[in-house]
Amino acid sequence: MSDTFNGGVHPDDGKALSKDTPVSDYTPTGELAYPLSQHIGAPAAAIVKKGDRVLRGQKIAEAAGFVSAHIYAGASGTVKGIEKRRTPVGDMADCIIIENDGAMECVPGLGERQTDPKELSREDIINRVKEAGVVGMGGAGFPNHVKLSPKEPDKIEYVIANCAECEPYLTSDYRMMLERPECIIGGLKIALSLFENAKGIIAIEDNKPDCIELMRELTTGESRITVKSLETKYPQGSERQLIYACTGRAINSKMLPADAGCIVDNADTLIAIYEAVTKEIPLIDRIVTVTGDAVADPKNFRVPIGTDLSELLEAAGGFKCTPEKVICGGPMMGFALFDLHVPITKTCSSLLGLREDTVSKTKSTACINCGECVRACPSRLIPTRLAAAADHGDEEGFESCFGLECMECGSCSYVCPAKRHLAQSIKTMRKIILGKKKNGK
Amino acid sequence: MENNLKVSASPHIRSNNSTSKIMMTVAIGLLPACIFGVWFFGLRALLLLVISCATCVITEHLGQKILGRESTIEDFSAVVTGLLLGMNLPPAAPLWIPVVGGVFAIFVVKLLFGGLGQNIMNPALAARAFLVISFTRHMTDFSTDTLSGATPLMRLKSGESVDTFNMVIGRCAGCIGETSVIAIMIGAIILIMAGIIDLKIPGTYIISFALFYIIFSGHGLDPYYLVAQISGGGLMLGAFFMATDYVTCPITERGKLIYGVFLGVLTGIFRVFGASAEGVSYAIITGNLIVPLIDRFTMSKAFGYGGERS
Repeated sequence: MSDTFNGGVHPDDGKALSKDTPVSDYTPTGELAYPLSQHIGAPAAAIVKKGDRVLRGQKIAEAAGFVSAHIYAGASGTVKGIEKRRTPVGDMADCIIIENDGAMECVPGLGERQTDPKELSREDIINRVKEAGVVGMGGAGFPNHVKLSPKEPDKIEYVIANCAECEPYLTSDYRMMLERPECIIGGLKIALSLFENAKGIIAIEDNKPDCIELMRELTTGESRITVKSLETKYPQGSERQLIYACTGRAINSKMLPADAGCIVDNADTLIAIYEAVTKEIPLIDRIVTVTGDAVADPKNFRVPIGTDLSELLEAAGGFKCTPEKVICGGPMMGFALFDLHVPITKTCSSLLGLREDTVSKTKSTACINCGECVRACPSRLIPTRLAAAADHGDEEGFESCFGLECMECGSCSYVCPAKRHLAQSIKTMRKIILGKKKNGK
Repeated sequence: MENNLKVSASPHIRSNNSTSKIMMTVAIGLLPACIFGVWFFGLRALLLLVISCATCVITEHLGQKILGRESTIEDFSAVVTGLLLGMNLPPAAPLWIPVVGGVFAIFVVKLLFGGLGQNIMNPALAARAFLVISFTRHMTDFSTDTLSGATPLMRLKSGESVDTFNMVIGRCAGCIGETSVIAIMIGAIILIMAGIIDLKIPGTYIISFALFYIIFSGHGLDPYYLVAQISGGGLMLGAFFMATDYVTCPITERGKLIYGVFLGVLTGIFRVFGASAEGVSYAIITGNLIVPLIDRFTMSKAFGYGGERS
């Protein structure tokens, strides 16, 4: 069986900057903002209004439908209102604004109850995950209770803990594996308890041998769990590539992991599941890596969701030099920020400050047909042809060359010796076509 | 500070590979064969190579000026074309030959079709074909002060015997850069190690050519004859350095295999049944023309193709 996928790239990982700093708790002092849509699916509906006092761990927005997720306050304070605010992805969205009172007063009993997951029925477990507002924290933000409720649970053969962390610079999963491995394993075991025919796989890239060793040690007695060492290659942690590397099964853009008998959750999400099920703690904090060569003191933080990114940046010493580019997320798939006053959302894994922006310094030249993008594409596409079709507005040609199967990992743009912005052209065309399809329905 | 932040779509990092690095590496890969050619054929060979390169670079620069485009000579692709053209000239060719060839290669074959990446044929080979047809006498006279005019392939064609050992080393009549198998292989290994080329095209090209020869040449499995045919003429230079030209070869991995076989068979046909002893340059430029077709039919199905959502 394979332990990698075809294609991919090997960017400098930059993880040394922050990998050795243990996660420290950060308590926000400023205002917090909660976008009502920080997951895939329907935006949540606010259940607090201007002037309400809220506590840490209090639900402030309700899931609107099955594919949606609750949102909880991460600090105590007063609701200032629902206002349009800039989000990390660049748009303006409705956010619940909480004036932080600095007390961090929790809802009574938060985290004090302790339940043995073995005593819970599958409905109870899924309900607790749903109640806690857990979504995929690797970036996609897919509501987790939906993921844990496939149509045919008996057909799930693998629950994969995605600990690949293939994005350069990010070290939050790495730190969690070293600091709270029992919670990751606990989360995985809870997920496994829902699928009796499933085996658990903890998938880790082989640039983290300490984690692999630790996880192997801690799972020696577990007959259902194996630890898989994967080749260090971007995008090893992409769901489709990870499933292929772990099971040899290939899914396309229309399929869900469950269609290949798999459930995939990343390390942070599994910890959230564990805490939601065993302690009924809602998703209020997440791990954020603040790093990059422009950041004074790169660090990993556990921080309440809703905290302003610029505030967290100050906690890492701010910038030691003027960055040319600041990114929310990793350098391969993250979003470039033009305004640092954006809230940390459930899916925001990192703040990356780069001294130099290599992209704006490169000049695109003619495609020489070298095929580097073809070799790098994990989806087996011909990126240069797709980008050409996109640039010419040729929607039909784009679709016939499987353009919609692109998962926008950016490997093609990364390797292109002519510095062409292939992924960018392809992304734009995908948006146009997918938008038309959606509206056509 | 925030007003100065650069914003662009991901990815935000780029590899340090570049077109000019690739082209420079290819030029370095061509050097062993050039050096051998100069050592063996003398300084006139060097002069032809230099004139050819200079013509190509100057033509590209001026041509782009005339066509109102930005000059791209810094990408080194014109140097590679110049070297390849020079290497494909007889050592005694008149000095105006590389000038005419260089202008044709760069201006007609490359720039008029849209510049780097847009040419449908390898510029150096198309120019060589143009020169052979137009100035046949100059382009087929391989005699030098020390060598009689007949190349080993011509002698094989007329039933004479050849010294295979000298052919592998390169001590025989022929074009400046094509005679030494050893020097070409050194350059090819450099390119393979640098990850610029792989064996898909050269491998299938040479193997299918050899199989074609075993079946159709009438010499069967005669190893000396086969080695002489593979070492002779432009086959090695063509297979490793010209059939692998990125712009004019298929982009799909399966397509490369088909392309190599096509070139091997075509070269075999030209050499066995054709009037000329050579055939590599015509095989490759013919092959160049069917590349879009090969690409179209060898495009992979996307990852996970055919899977259904339950």
